[in-house]
Amino acid sequence: MEKIIERPHALIDVPTHYCPGCGHGIIHRLVAEAIDSLGIEGKTVGVASVGCSVFAYNYFNVDMVQAAHGRAPAVATGVKRANPDNIVFTYQGDGDLAAIGTAETVHSAARGENITVIFVNNAIYGMTGGQMAPTSLPGQVTQTSPYGRDVNTVGYPVKVCEMLAQLDGPAYLERVAINNVKNINAAKRAIKKAFTYQTEKKGFSLIEVVSTCPTNWGMTPEKAMKWAEENMLPYYPLGVYKDKYAEEK
Amino acid sequence: MAQKVLMKGNEAIAEAAISCGCRHYFGYPITPQTEVAAYMAKRMPKIGGTFLQAESEIAAVNMVIGASAAGIRVMTSSSSPGISLKSEGISYMAGCDLPALIVNVQRGGPGLGGIQPSQSDYFQATRGGGHGDYHLIVLAPASVQEMAQLTVQGFDLADKYRMPVMLLADGTMGQMMEPVELAESTAEKVEKPWALTGTGMKRPHNIVNSLSLTPDELESWNGERYKRYAVIEKEETRYEEYLCDDADIIVVGFGIAARVAKNAVDAARAAGIKAGMFRPITLWPFPKEALHKRAATAKEFISVELSMGQMIEDVELAIRCERPVSLCSRVGGMIPSPAEVLASIKAAAARTGGNA
Repeated sequence: MEKIIERPHALIDVPTHYCPGCGHGIIHRLVAEAIDSLGIEGKTVGVASVGCSVFAYNYFNVDMVQAAHGRAPAVATGVKRANPDNIVFTYQGDGDLAAIGTAETVHSAARGENITVIFVNNAIYGMTGGQMAPTSLPGQVTQTSPYGRDVNTVGYPVKVCEMLAQLDGPAYLERVAINNVKNINAAKRAIKKAFTYQTEKKGFSLIEVVSTCPTNWGMTPEKAMKWAEENMLPYYPLGVYKDKYAEEK
Repeated sequence: MAQKVLMKGNEAIAEAAISCGCRHYFGYPITPQTEVAAYMAKRMPKIGGTFLQAESEIAAVNMVIGASAAGIRVMTSSSSPGISLKSEGISYMAGCDLPALIVNVQRGGPGLGGIQPSQSDYFQATRGGGHGDYHLIVLAPASVQEMAQLTVQGFDLADKYRMPVMLLADGTMGQMMEPVELAESTAEKVEKPWALTGTGMKRPHNIVNSLSLTPDELESWNGERYKRYAVIEKEETRYEEYLCDDADIIVVGFGIAARVAKNAVDAARAAGIKAGMFRPITLWPFPKEALHKRAATAKEFISVELSMGQMIEDVELAIRCERPVSLCSRVGGMIPSPAEVLASIKAAAARTGGNA
């Protein structure tokens, strides 16, 4: 029998702690596939953040450091400045990147730090049990917005790609999604391109992946994908928000 | 013999760090330590090093974490309010067993406080400062020469014991100029097989991490760390004694307070009082045994501090309250004068029946 698909080498063969249907599984795989296809596993260093993906250090077959909540881009900066030939990426959720770590996100982007940021936006704090995130949609019900996110009292969601696109520093910003096969393939291309840019010393890239949280959204995985498509994608339009080197391609 | 040069304390720290192989500095401006950053900004680009001004103290200390995890010598410096911001990162560094040098050129507090010298971060430094069970090795320089020397030793100790080391100076030490002789590190280079340099496809991946949701595992990590701390207490405790052998009154002080105290001790001796000075150089580990030994012969102790009385607790613990301990202190950027310390010595001498 011929093997037509296998686990990427950059993913370790261990059971994960993620909930059934969680988007992290797909996104971990896409990151690992990018690392495999570029042949950079041996020189890659990953930075795990705080949130559901805190245990990413157990899953990626590369050297890993676990950063304090929101500080992953600063930690990645230190790793990269120490050994610029290493390929350094962070893997962060929305609470980590767009709330407590906003300063680190904005300034690593503004510096054009030559790192790759994988930003998983599922509009909720997963690890702590489903609280309102900086990217929770207006009206979205969560544990800490039980009557729906009221923009008059707690303000509006943060659109990270749109915000960072105003800066001169970043090389490449794209928002992708994993709600269907077509979008997963586009996400795969974007993640690979972000890592490629880093190997070419082009500077900061961030890929925002619109994902799902079936458990804390209180939906089946299938329904969660549909909810993301119908509610998140209109608010967070997919596409390239910045590509300094687009004309070269 | 290296040449003696006249330097500011803050600059001596920076040059000493470079001399012992530190090529990465991450910081954020704050008075009275900014000269460290300014010196690094000038020097690092010329020697292939990295100076990076971070967006915050928090970012700076996390950059230090990243660089340390990557296996290189790295430092940051700040002053009191900035150290509070770094404390989260320092706790992570302790939890991840990462070496680095953190310099605190203290200023008066609490809050924004002032910009003049202080020693009121003693508790913060010697008790860890951030959350969780941990210690830093805390070194207290009392001259520009020691600013340089203890910087080098700080890096060596950090690598040797795989933990963060704090150089606890104050605004006076940072700003004063004195002749200094720069010495290179003589310590053996410590291998760092745990560092994150990429697996090279030759070894299992390394993980630098402070998280464990398994209680008995987390307990064992803490236990291992405290075994190392016990070795440090035994091997690395440092102090200076001045005229303590026959002293009735022993003045205990570190940093700038020790220099003032030394003058006061000389003045007391001239007045016929048997006074001595005990200067802890490591604030953690505190030289408990050596000080306790002095309680056998000395009648009273005086803790001289630029704080409302923080080190005095360690003095009392060290001598197990076997002798009275009084406090001589000024705060807010004020420094006790030799005359004020002398008055305290005379008062103690009067209480103990000595000459006054």
